Amino acid sequence: MIEVVAPGLHSSVQDRGRSGYYAVGVPPSGAMDLFAHDAANALVGNAPDAAGLEITFLGPTLTFQVATVIAVTGATVDVAFSNGRRIPLWTSQLVRAGQTVRFAAMSSGARAYLAVRGGIDTPVVMGSRSTYSLSGLGGLDGRTLRAGDLLQIGTDVLPGSRHRPGVQVPDELRPTYPAEQEIRVVPGLCDYRLTGEATEVLYSTPYAVTVEANRTGYRFQGEPLEFLDRTAPFGAGHDPSNVVNLGYPVGSIQAPSGTELICLLRDAVTGGGYATIGTVISADLDLIAQSKAPDQVLFRPVSVETALAERAVRARRLAAIRQLALI
Amino acid sequence: MPAFDDGSRVSFGADEFVFVELSAEMSLATTLRVIAITDELRNREIPGLVDICPAHVSYMVRVSPEELDPRDVVPRLADIHRAAAGSVGLTIRARVIDLPIFYNDPWTHETLMRFRDRHQAPDLTDLEYSARLNGFQDVDELIAAHSSSPFIATFIGFVPGNAESYQLVPRDRQLEVPKYLRPRTDTPARALGHGGAFTTIYPVRGAGGFQLFGRSPLPVFDAGQRLPDFADSIVLPRSGDIFKYRPIDRDEYDDLRRQVEQGDFRYRIHETVFDLGAFTADPVGYNRTLLEVLADD
Repeated sequence: MIEVVAPGLHSSVQDRGRSGYYAVGVPPSGAMDLFAHDAANALVGNAPDAAGLEITFLGPTLTFQVATVIAVTGATVDVAFSNGRRIPLWTSQLVRAGQTVRFAAMSSGARAYLAVRGGIDTPVVMGSRSTYSLSGLGGLDGRTLRAGDLLQIGTDVLPGSRHRPGVQVPDELRPTYPAEQEIRVVPGLCDYRLTGEATEVLYSTPYAVTVEANRTGYRFQGEPLEFLDRTAPFGAGHDPSNVVNLGYPVGSIQAPSGTELICLLRDAVTGGGYATIGTVISADLDLIAQSKAPDQVLFRPVSVETALAERAVRARRLAAIRQLALI
Repeated sequence: MPAFDDGSRVSFGADEFVFVELSAEMSLATTLRVIAITDELRNREIPGLVDICPAHVSYMVRVSPEELDPRDVVPRLADIHRAAAGSVGLTIRARVIDLPIFYNDPWTHETLMRFRDRHQAPDLTDLEYSARLNGFQDVDELIAAHSSSPFIATFIGFVPGNAESYQLVPRDRQLEVPKYLRPRTDTPARALGHGGAFTTIYPVRGAGGFQLFGRSPLPVFDAGQRLPDFADSIVLPRSGDIFKYRPIDRDEYDDLRRQVEQGDFRYRIHETVFDLGAFTADPVGYNRTLLEVLADD
């Protein structure tokens, strides 16, 4: 069992998310930075479906009542035992029964991931342990952590894997989270509603992450985008950015009234009435998850072929990390 | 990206989604086509296709790219569109559901009065404003128009339990209202709202921009799956459901709330088939036949 001494700003139980319920309005949820989450699981020898903690901006203080192996990945954050001894990131680490682990504020990136050997065991809801707090589903009672919570440790380990501290992800396999970065987008959906000039602007000028950035979506500020004039189709609404309500993919970008961009993330609303103009590739959703105000992004258009190729690159990097943990 | 033979636009939502827009304009014929196509797609049980999400006049699917390449989904969809092209007498399986509504209830009234500064007509209630905009003498006439003809759920989504529903009347009799100028930050759970040409029941308390007409005593979302009709799903509505909003008074509202809280309430749900051709030929007569199943209870 793990006791939550202090919950941090926004810590929740997440796994790889749930599939098959988008059509009833339930988004996938799951770790915002899937690469970091998967890497943490690999380091402690967990099965890929094991749940861990997603820790945002300011981390929790946790007391482990049993000895186990943990790993912290993702954002750069000081993690230490109560005696001050630092816990290295992207490395499996032995924790003894009774030890307390304290997370400080993040210095680079926005979200850190804690994996515990065996996973965090909360009830599986609609195929996943991921917390979707908007509707109170999954995780610990459908909500973020509170002081006094007790987290059960599960048994989701890879068959044949051992309790092995000291496994380290080499630098070349660790992502960095710069304050300015390129985010790749597959243009499409309703982008035919934009003027040619707006498409130029979208892919050539930087956009800044605003403070309205959470698991549902990130708002960006930058140059406004213009939509083509038209007679509003029946049922669409009069603003040129309105459409007859439609489904929103995870990662889709919309521009309500053309004045700001919203990129929907893993707790997305599953549909609505604003024209969507492209979708961030899965590999780069991990990077958005690590961005925070006032970081800047430059959206770059890519093909679906590139999106699939980058997905495969990410899978190969993870396979390399899994291999390290098994040797 | 080429369009399908029927003119539908198809495009990739990066590596996991394929989005298909049949039309930019709302029409029941298009909605039924969306339902028919997505039903057929579901029946094919394609491995790696993890989500199928119909909307009013578009749909999207989500794949697990490790099992199914999104590029391989497109020809399969084109095939289904082609096969569904000639279907004239479009019919779908549907459920008729009785949904009692306490119109002009005290809770939505209290809420909407708190947000008059965000409304087009601060001196009127949402019902008064919507009645005037649609040419009715008074609120009662609007309520009669809203509750006399049933609605069909044409888009399930946004948040769990939300179902945007379109009234089964010709276009010139559709009730059309704008959304609030700026959305409210609060709406009671189970409030009935109308925006554009669509009615929804808010599944949970929260923000919202639809004009508020009343409140349902019955939930459309049940995370704990307490009520028997939620045994298979945490949400009540499904695409193609036909809702009959039935005006009720405070006594019936309170009585139904008690049954819901005791956990033994059962919804009045009847399986049927909706026939667009028959509806279009005689909307009034067809609706009457459609709703007869409820009268038999």
